[in-house]
Amino acid sequence: MNQTENIPDIFKKVESRNLMLEIVELRKSFGNNHVLNGFNLELYEGENLVIMGKSGSGKSVMIKCLVGLMEVDSGSIKVMGRDITKLSRVELDEIRTEIGFLFQGNALYDSMTVRENLEFPLRRHKKKFGDITDTTALVMEALESVGLAHTINLMPSELSGGMKKRIALARALILKPKIILYDEPTSGLDPITSKEIIELMRRVQKQYKTSSLIITHDVDCARVVSERMILLVDGTNYAEGTFAELASSEEEQVKAFFK
Amino acid sequence: MQESKSSFKSFFIEVGELTYFSGRFFKEVFTKPFEFKELLRQCYSIGNRSVLLVGVTGFIIGLVLTLQTRPTLQEFGAESWMPSMVGISIIREIGPVIIALTFAGRIASGIGAELGSMKVTEQIDAMEVSGTNPFKFLVVTRILAATLMLPILVIFGDAIALFGSYLIENSKGSVSFVLYFNKVFSTLEFSDLIPAVIKTYFFGFAIGLVGCYKGYTCEKGTVGVGQAANSAVVYASMLLFILDFIAVFVTDIFIEL
Repeated sequence: MNQTENIPDIFKKVESRNLMLEIVELRKSFGNNHVLNGFNLELYEGENLVIMGKSGSGKSVMIKCLVGLMEVDSGSIKVMGRDITKLSRVELDEIRTEIGFLFQGNALYDSMTVRENLEFPLRRHKKKFGDITDTTALVMEALESVGLAHTINLMPSELSGGMKKRIALARALILKPKIILYDEPTSGLDPITSKEIIELMRRVQKQYKTSSLIITHDVDCARVVSERMILLVDGTNYAEGTFAELASSEEEQVKAFFK
Repeated sequence: MQESKSSFKSFFIEVGELTYFSGRFFKEVFTKPFEFKELLRQCYSIGNRSVLLVGVTGFIIGLVLTLQTRPTLQEFGAESWMPSMVGISIIREIGPVIIALTFAGRIASGIGAELGSMKVTEQIDAMEVSGTNPFKFLVVTRILAATLMLPILVIFGDAIALFGSYLIENSKGSVSFVLYFNKVFSTLEFSDLIPAVIKTYFFGFAIGLVGCYKGYTCEKGTVGVGQAANSAVVYASMLLFILDFIAVFVTDIFIEL
């Protein structure tokens, strides 16, 4: 029997696009604590992939391995075809310009203004834009895309939680990356601000044509943004499918996520 | 017994990690890209932040040293030795050590807390992800700035201390400014000044290194930030005395040669 006949239509659709990110058999341990046990992932061009999992299931470790913040024990992580586990520091920095990272706690540099925060990633990577000297246009473009152009000279301490999240997103977008990684984008926000951030994520994806990998606990966020979902349990892929497929699953562990 | 064994072990692990950290500094300091702008910013920040403190500390050292020593010298009728004695003791030892300790309290804790809070709020990770080497940007620049600024601050502090001493001498013994400083410089030699200045480079390096190490390797959230700031001062101060002993010992060998 032809195997492709079993693949749901939604996957046939995404698999026809370019593979942006591929994780194969990723393993990572801290002493006797095996956090990732052969995790696999494929992210296609323009796709929104949501990873859900309980606290301690290895989501944050996985995303840190993905950008080279943690060394993996075994397995491969290919970003646009290049295995980042085998790259030199310079090559890794080069590939990182194609990845935007929205940290759970925003990670804005609190000794710098909003403008300096956004300019920071450009310091070493202006070449991507033809070695420009004035970065104002790029900063303004990123700030306008999150609707906060007026905050350019403010310090992060002068911003609300939602505004900080937007500025962090603008900083992740400044290098016009092809992939954006969201680590709990709505955590710590009230429901209204969460909805605004989710809407912004959708808008940004359309504007910048990025592929997004979203780690979240937030079922509403997953429902709105996901094209495909992976449930991560004990460091491995427990279930995969669309939101509707997983939400209607009879599997106890899967149902627990959607209660 | 078991507890002391484990603390002994953790002490050596810490020393090993600090050595590795300083090795990484020497590796990164000579490789491109260089962060000149950030280095200048740190020099200004570290130097400027400490000028007032060093000035006040130096001034009080000069006043106190002169006030405390004067009666004893008077008993022997040796007040005229006062400028020479104060000059040599401030330039050779008291100035560098006290000012370095003050600097350690101000800068090592500041760097430890700043980098520690950047670490726990993932700001260092954010720098790494954005393709900037955070070790080069944050650590190398701060260690270099501390190394370059402390000698300048010590010279400034020494000058203020001598001025403080002169004020006491002038008020108690009517010694003129010119006479006082003539007496100070007539007994001072380059062998007093140069080793003292050289050792302050090592002091500055040690203070910057310990502050950065404690902050950069900080863990355990906000509690860890406090611990990093606190232990940075303790370790830096301890290291200063060890370095001072080595510096005096080595200088002594050179003088004997």
